Amino acid sequence: MTIKTALMGAVASLAFAPMAFADGHEGERGRDGELRIIYWQAVSILNPYLSSGTKDIDASALVIEPLGRYDSSGNPVPYLATEIPTVANGGVSEDLTSITWTLQEGLVWSDGTPVTSRDVQFTWEYCTAEGGGCAQAAKFEGVTSVDIVDDLTVTVNFDGPTPNPYQPFMGGQSPIIQAAQFADCLGPRAPECTDANFAPIGTGPFVVTDFRVNDVVSFAANENYRVASQPAFATVVFKGGGDATAAGRAVMETGEFDYAWNMQLAPDVIAGMAEGGVGSPVSAFGALVERIEVNLTDPSPDLDEGIRSTAEAPHPFLTDPAVREAMSIAIDRELLVEIGYGQAGRPTCNLVPAPAIYASDNTGCLTQDIDRANALLDEAGYMDTDGDGVREMADGTPLSILYQTSTNAVRQDFQALIKEWWSEIGIETELRNIDAGVFFGGDPGSPDTFQRFYADVEMYANVFDGTDPQSYLGAYLCDKAPRPDTQWQGENINRFCDPAYDALWQELTSTGDLDERGRIGAALNDMLTKDSNVIIPLVDRGRVSAHANSLGGIELNVWDSELWNIAGWHRISE
Amino acid sequence: MIDAMFGTNFADGAQRIISFQSRSPVFDIIAERMPQTLWVVGMSYVVGVLIALPIGIISAYKQYSIFDQIGTLISMIGFSVPTFFTGVLLIVIFSTMVPLDSIFWLPSIYDTTHEVTDWESFKFQMRQMAMPVFVLALFNAAQISRYMRASMLDNLGQDYVRTARAKGMTEKIVVLKHVLRNSMIPVITVIALGVPQVFGGAIITEQVFKVNGLGQLLITAIQGSDIPMVMTLTFMFAILIVLFNLIADVLYGVLDPRIRYD
Repeated sequence: MTIKTALMGAVASLAFAPMAFADGHEGERGRDGELRIIYWQAVSILNPYLSSGTKDIDASALVIEPLGRYDSSGNPVPYLATEIPTVANGGVSEDLTSITWTLQEGLVWSDGTPVTSRDVQFTWEYCTAEGGGCAQAAKFEGVTSVDIVDDLTVTVNFDGPTPNPYQPFMGGQSPIIQAAQFADCLGPRAPECTDANFAPIGTGPFVVTDFRVNDVVSFAANENYRVASQPAFATVVFKGGGDATAAGRAVMETGEFDYAWNMQLAPDVIAGMAEGGVGSPVSAFGALVERIEVNLTDPSPDLDEGIRSTAEAPHPFLTDPAVREAMSIAIDRELLVEIGYGQAGRPTCNLVPAPAIYASDNTGCLTQDIDRANALLDEAGYMDTDGDGVREMADGTPLSILYQTSTNAVRQDFQALIKEWWSEIGIETELRNIDAGVFFGGDPGSPDTFQRFYADVEMYANVFDGTDPQSYLGAYLCDKAPRPDTQWQGENINRFCDPAYDALWQELTSTGDLDERGRIGAALNDMLTKDSNVIIPLVDRGRVSAHANSLGGIELNVWDSELWNIAGWHRISE
Repeated sequence: MIDAMFGTNFADGAQRIISFQSRSPVFDIIAERMPQTLWVVGMSYVVGVLIALPIGIISAYKQYSIFDQIGTLISMIGFSVPTFFTGVLLIVIFSTMVPLDSIFWLPSIYDTTHEVTDWESFKFQMRQMAMPVFVLALFNAAQISRYMRASMLDNLGQDYVRTARAKGMTEKIVVLKHVLRNSMIPVITVIALGVPQVFGGAIITEQVFKVNGLGQLLITAIQGSDIPMVMTLTFMFAILIVLFNLIADVLYGVLDPRIRYD
């Protein structure tokens, strides 16, 4: 009941926030006084190029901005740029090897000097300088040069066709820094520029007024911010330290703070705090999916090593799509979410549930249907001939499976529930849990790794980095299957192999248009889930933060910094 | 290390110890953290000592009286209940259950940027210090009052006490001058050796109330494998412990004229 109430509250506040945004956000800059944010991990530095900590990237998002960000559905939106370059508008070259950005006219840094394409080029030089130890170097991988076209135009060249050219200068991890301020901080000298690293000059809605390492950062509104009516807050206090429980309490119960980040707490604890009535939890979902992977090869210990769990020995009954579909629809995903994740999870039938353009409208598995599952198995000819409650194949092999996962309280709860549901459709399940260090360890000599897959089904969660699932979906190509001659390495742990899938994925790698990429991505997702049930997705795991009820404009975002739209945050008069 | 320490203290522009985490000089951060720790942990130590001494004296003088029993009970509680429990308990009572506009409401999160400029801001400082100081003072007082009581009891039975009373001295002079002065010697050791812990900060209490002082600095440095920071802090604590041992030794001479270091 309390979880339901909290969920409804969160839904209501989500629905309410944009409404308030529409009517109450006009006015002069700094009209709403002080905004108080608490992160239970304290901020160490305000330069994301020297730290990969989320807390540091989030805090710096108030000050320095990239050319474009991702919105809460994972779509790119321009920030300092006039628009997102695409093949269609000519910003991305036809051969996908370069991208040209145009800065907005009249942009100034908080010290009043103009933002130019030199600053963009300098940012690349800063991160790729020899000996600098740039924490975001991966963002600039494949970039051969950044060329200045004119004062406001800059071209990024890649070493080959790059269907997703939105890595450099996009998102909170690669904001533009001021060339003048960081000019003497290249390479090994980067850490020595303490003043610049603690108070970068930026284009964002706020400027740093006081920085205390691992404690508090104070910000004031940027007088030169490009939108005259923003930010609504005159000052921001960004406190760090403590733990998630205390941060949640300070926002939802005592009301001392307006926003708390990353409430990694048990669902009932969050619901209890929300009853305090001063604040509410808010959730957002990315692509981290807890799923059951089905082994299409036979893991039977009777088989020889080198044959066992390889394509040479197909699984006796899990290769039958009817069995996999029955196993999928026998699961009550709503209940799993309620028990395991609460606010921080939602049921899903997709391997790629987000960003929105890649998400397939695949909801067939959401309703548990034991009767249909039984009917499917009956039709496929699996009958309980000896009356022991377990179905058998025509040759008498019982539908008995081994279900493994890593050792983790929530996962063991899931195992117990799913075992019960599968027993209702006549599938006998033996449970096993393996220490996470071994299970995910990847040791080719160990029989217990998730790649080796000496079990019939296994459960874990996985996600892709950034907003583009190309390489993630590429894991299910035929040649990515772990097998003895790859030292049991490889991401296609189901040993799934479909030439049509491989061909469609090849098409994805040469497609630059975002909508087309979305269509192909969703089709690949469906081939693995809806159409074949080789992967049985369970829960889309998200992130929960908390905000005061009087704070409006929040749109929690898992694709970029949570504070990506802080310029538009404001007080709601109650 | 010592060269570097003196370098950081006196020579501007010389080689500085740089923290791995924040890429800034370690001593700048320590200097920033020192005031919080001294205010909160130091104040709680002073309060703790001020409570502990009278309780210890009276408990010993009136052994097994009601006062002694209650004092024993409270110090047992202070001693055995961990600060992370009392701290959270106080937050639940004074920050969550007490209404926000009540004068008894106390903030659960310490504002380290607060500056005392006038009476109002002083009052706020007192309010935000109240809970962490109380929690730590209870713990410190429990410890010290037990030492004080035991030491007083030892001395009260001594021959010189009987002699003093026989000379016709008042009870006040006997207890407060003769017995107290002699009993203070072991207690001073305990108090002096506790002072370095003030600088070490109360790691747990600082976490509970978000008083980001030296204790919190040390724990985040350990978590972040910030070796320069951990080394500097532990080295400082080591020096302080040696220093306060020395101070305790010197204080013996002041309290007891028989002890002389020639």
